[in-house]
Amino acid sequence: MAEALAARPQYPLEGLVAGSAQVQITPAAPASRLALRARPDAVAPLSKALAVKLPQKPKTSARGTAAKTKSRQALWLGPDEWLVIDTDGADLMAACQPATGTFSAVDVSNRNTAIIVSGAAAEAVISSGCPQDLSLKAFPVGACARTLLGKTEIVLLREEEDVFRVECWRSFSAYAFAFLAEAARDPMV
Amino acid sequence: MLQIYCPYCKEERPELEFRHAGEAHIARPADMKSISDEEFEGYFFIRSNPKGIAFERWRHVHGCGRFFNAARDTVSDKFITTYEAGEPKPDAAELAAKSGEADK
Ligand SMILES: [Zn+2]
Repeated sequence: MAEALAARPQYPLEGLVAGSAQVQITPAAPASRLALRARPDAVAPLSKALAVKLPQKPKTSARGTAAKTKSRQALWLGPDEWLVIDTDGADLMAACQPATGTFSAVDVSNRNTAIIVSGAAAEAVISSGCPQDLSLKAFPVGACARTLLGKTEIVLLREEEDVFRVECWRSFSAYAFAFLAEAARDPMV
Repeated sequence: MLQIYCPYCKEERPELEFRHAGEAHIARPADMKSISDEEFEGYFFIRSNPKGIAFERWRHVHGCGRFFNAARDTVSDKFITTYEAGEPKPDAAELAAKSGEADK
C-alpha cells in the first residue's frame, strides 16, 4: 500500500537570505491575510469583530490593541479596501463572521508572501525600485500603500523607521526578492 | 517623474502607479436597442480628441485601484485638476483661464 505523504506548505522564499552590513533582506514568517472590501455600514462591525479599527485615512494602518490581536494589522489600500495581516496566523475568516453589513472577505494568506527589509539602508534599497517618496516625512512609521517595486505590484508597510514589510504576490516573490538583493549590493544612501 | 493627484489617496503620486482609461463623461445610451448604427458609432467610437483641455478617466491601478476623472491639457501635458468619479464635469473655459493664470 502506498504510504501517505505528509502535505507541507511550500513557502516560495524559504531559506533565502540577502543583504549587506547596512541592510538585511529576509523572507517574513507565514501569516494569515484577508483581502477586505466593505461598505460604510460594515466598517464599524468589522472593526469590532477583528478587534482592529479599520483605518479611514489614506496611506495609514492600524494595529490591534487587545492582547490577542497585537499581531494583527489593517492596512488602508483604497476607500473601501483593506489588507488585514495577522502574523500569529489567526483564523481571520472566522473572526469576521459575526460582522454585519455589506462586505467581502477573501482569504489571501497564501496568495501573498512578504519580505522584511531592515537596516540603515532599508529605505534606500526599496527606493531603488519604488517611485514613491519614502522619506519619513512623506511615509512615516505605520504608513502603507499599494505601489510598485520594479515591475511588480507590492503593498509596502513601514513598520519602524528602518524596517519595511514588502507584501507581494507569491508568484512574483522570487523577482521581488532578487530585485531587493541586487539593490542591496550598492544602495544609494 | 510626472506627479498626479489622486482624489481618493488625497495626495500626489508618481505617474507609474496610474493608467489612462479613455475619455471621461461618455454616457452609455439608456436604451441601446433603439439607437441607430450612426448613434452607436458616435457613442462607441467617436472621441473628441481636443487640442487643449481634455477630460479623461484615469485609474490609480497600482495604488488605491479607483477610477477618477482628470482635466489635462493635451498641449502642455499638464494635469489641471482631478476629481472623483461621478462628480460633474468642470467648465473647460474656466479651467483654461485658471491654468493660464497659473502659468504666468
Ligand atoms: Zn489613489
